Amino acid sequence: MAFLEYAAAPESASILNLKAQYGLFIDGEFVDGHGDVFDTISPATEEVIASIAQATAGDVDVAVAAARRAYDRVWSRMSGSDRGKYLFRIARLVQERSRELAVAESLDNGKPIRETRDVDVPLVAAWFFYYAGWADKLEHAGLGPNPRALGVAAQVIPWNFPLLMLAWKIAPALAAGNTVVIKPAETTSLTAMLFAEILQQADLPAGVVNIVTGPGPTGQALVTHADVNKVAFTGSTNVGRMIARQVAGTQKRLTLELGGKAANIVFDDAPMDQAIEGIVNGIFFNQGHVCCAGSRLLVQENVHDEVIDRLKQRLSTLRMGDPLDKNTDIGAINSAAQLERIRTLSDTGENEGAERWTADCRIPDKGFWFAPTIFTKVSAAHAIAREEIFGPVLSVLTFRTPAEAITKANNTPYGLSAGIWTEKGSRMLALVDQLRAGVVWANTFNRFDPASPFGGYKESGYGREGGRHGLAAYLEASGWDAPASLSAASSAPTDGARAARKPAKTRKAVAK
Amino acid sequence: MTITHPVGIAPAERAVRLLGGDLTETALRLHLDGLTGVDAVGLEQRAAGLSTRSIKTSSKAWALDTIIRTCDLTTLEGADTPGKVRSLVAKAITPDASDPTTPSVAAVCVYGDMVPYAVEALGSRHAAGGTEGIQVAAVATAFPSGRASLAIKLADTREAVAAGADEIDMVIDRGAFLSGQYGVVFDQIVAVREACIRPDGSHAHLKVILETGELQTYDNVKRASWLAILAGADFIKTSTGKVSPAATLPVTLLMLEVIRDWHRLTGEKIGMKPAGGIRASKDAVRYLVTVAETVGEEWLTPQLWRFGASSLVNDVLLQRQKMRTGHYSGPDYVTVD
Repeated sequence: MAFLEYAAAPESASILNLKAQYGLFIDGEFVDGHGDVFDTISPATEEVIASIAQATAGDVDVAVAAARRAYDRVWSRMSGSDRGKYLFRIARLVQERSRELAVAESLDNGKPIRETRDVDVPLVAAWFFYYAGWADKLEHAGLGPNPRALGVAAQVIPWNFPLLMLAWKIAPALAAGNTVVIKPAETTSLTAMLFAEILQQADLPAGVVNIVTGPGPTGQALVTHADVNKVAFTGSTNVGRMIARQVAGTQKRLTLELGGKAANIVFDDAPMDQAIEGIVNGIFFNQGHVCCAGSRLLVQENVHDEVIDRLKQRLSTLRMGDPLDKNTDIGAINSAAQLERIRTLSDTGENEGAERWTADCRIPDKGFWFAPTIFTKVSAAHAIAREEIFGPVLSVLTFRTPAEAITKANNTPYGLSAGIWTEKGSRMLALVDQLRAGVVWANTFNRFDPASPFGGYKESGYGREGGRHGLAAYLEASGWDAPASLSAASSAPTDGARAARKPAKTRKAVAK
Repeated sequence: MTITHPVGIAPAERAVRLLGGDLTETALRLHLDGLTGVDAVGLEQRAAGLSTRSIKTSSKAWALDTIIRTCDLTTLEGADTPGKVRSLVAKAITPDASDPTTPSVAAVCVYGDMVPYAVEALGSRHAAGGTEGIQVAAVATAFPSGRASLAIKLADTREAVAAGADEIDMVIDRGAFLSGQYGVVFDQIVAVREACIRPDGSHAHLKVILETGELQTYDNVKRASWLAILAGADFIKTSTGKVSPAATLPVTLLMLEVIRDWHRLTGEKIGMKPAGGIRASKDAVRYLVTVAETVGEEWLTPQLWRFGASSLVNDVLLQRQKMRTGHYSGPDYVTVD
């Protein structure tokens, strides 16, 4: 009897009460979409979970109109403390239904239940609790005495943290007094629909949050819609660039949280065993499907061999397999397309001359799987050191001096996050300021907190989520008045869309 | 780098080879202070992560038996009597009279003056130098405080060994360690190890108790673990059970990491014994998981792994009974001592 071969401990999916087909969530109701439907599958088994509606531009139009109505008639008139009550209620309902949400997320996304159970869902609740507390304190957010909501927010979120990204987007938007139309990623719409049920349970006024599902064109119809005041997008840099072009010149406010190629810098005096855990957590958490993943390991040259040796040994204890098994560390890759991208980039690494090592994991027959992989002898010029792979692939480079570490860490088009491992506090403090990254983790990695702002430099996007800064992205500082002429001329209306309008509650500048 | 050393080399000589040059206080300090630090937050997070492993029925049965087989059933009270020790031995041999498939424990652990009663009560079940049967472990060296002269500590040790103890659980001089006199601690461990040698040349196994609750920091625990191993400990042990906190999962994880690193460096396998405060089967299983994922399952034998516990066995027996009968019978279905 081998002990490490833990008996399978799968969480049962029977707790879920899923429908065979999901429509859209508009104006407080589940409605059918007017487009085709598509299947959402379990990445671990390739089995169909449910069919999902594909929202047309017309559907998006109806959703935006509902959000506008809810904004004008209800949400913008409600007191901050009343908005807070709804957010607190949502947070509590998320906690009550946490097991169900965790199971659904693992099933639909392929990430291990221990992550959805211990990280994703608790953070979702934390985000709503945090911003619920802000709802009646907006004048203390540092934006002047009376900051105003923007209006209707169009939000598009990625597939790597479906529910958490939804919370990052919706919680601050509602706390600030905006209404929302959100589009989850095509492959991971399921938990958004469960969240819609929670909104109904919470009696959230109709139209305050609307959910439209579908692929890219649905998202495009949403962000280009003339009647939205704010666009928030998390996803790939290419799509972010396209959105920035489409939004440019309009009155719409925009925040983008895009890709990353974070440097995780390990000095020779680092707390070694904890650094190994941090490297593992930095890149193999959520199969590496993390925009702030520590995918570039920069190790001080004199401890390179020891670190790699220990890392390989540690990776050999990682357990890959059924995401619903409570003992699984590494789940499935979210889609066949993503798996193909990871494979292609990894092959590139080998062709470029880097040395490939893959953990000895059994690959299940069905589903999309990629065993944890390390590339050593990587040069800064290699594609695997520059391009975001978004998978469980670590590229290892070395450095000799702190200055070289900083130079190499900053030598990337991205700048979302970074990590430093050293026991020497003075060095830590001296170096963090020189890293051009939105988040720098000290002796830890991939930790999130609603009170801490998160966002990027350079091609990792702009704007911040979380904390007071995240609130600012959904508020207009007092004293600013949108000129109506600019607003009306902002963008070419799409078919059926109304002309852009200024936010309902604009006022004249407050005289000092 | 791997240090190769011939079998039977004296600890002091081995330490000299490892540290290079003379084994001075300075060399020892440079080595111990040169170890990479321990990040408390990260260590505790890893331990918490290991605690979330889910063990299902088939693994659990194996785990429960392993806990019993690797347990040092312990009584260390001022009020201990020969009668109590005989009871303890009876329980060590047959932990659960209602189920003959229950394994015996690894050892009974008593004060030095109780060793003769334990040896007598064990009779033919006494391991007596071999690995089959039940060992007698004695705490020595002015347990639990360690506050006595070296001469007394050594006399304490020799007496227990002469009375038939197979294993000596010694405490380190925490005062010396905390004041930075690593050489004093090293020398004492070496001397106690010498005192464990029997007239026939064999020697009682030495478990070195760090009393991690008094060392306060993880960095200290890491240094003390290295120090004890360098000085020739066969086992390193967390606690006497008389100081709170006694064994914790993060401390045990950290000590296992040192044992793992020592094994990578020298190929030598050092044993580990968390002691004190482990009362529930559920907690004990988390320790087994930590062993399996840190040093490997090969450590889960009585030769390399022990639980120092008095009440843990009863909880394990109740869990075993529950697995057998399907219901939880309650504390009156196991013996109190």
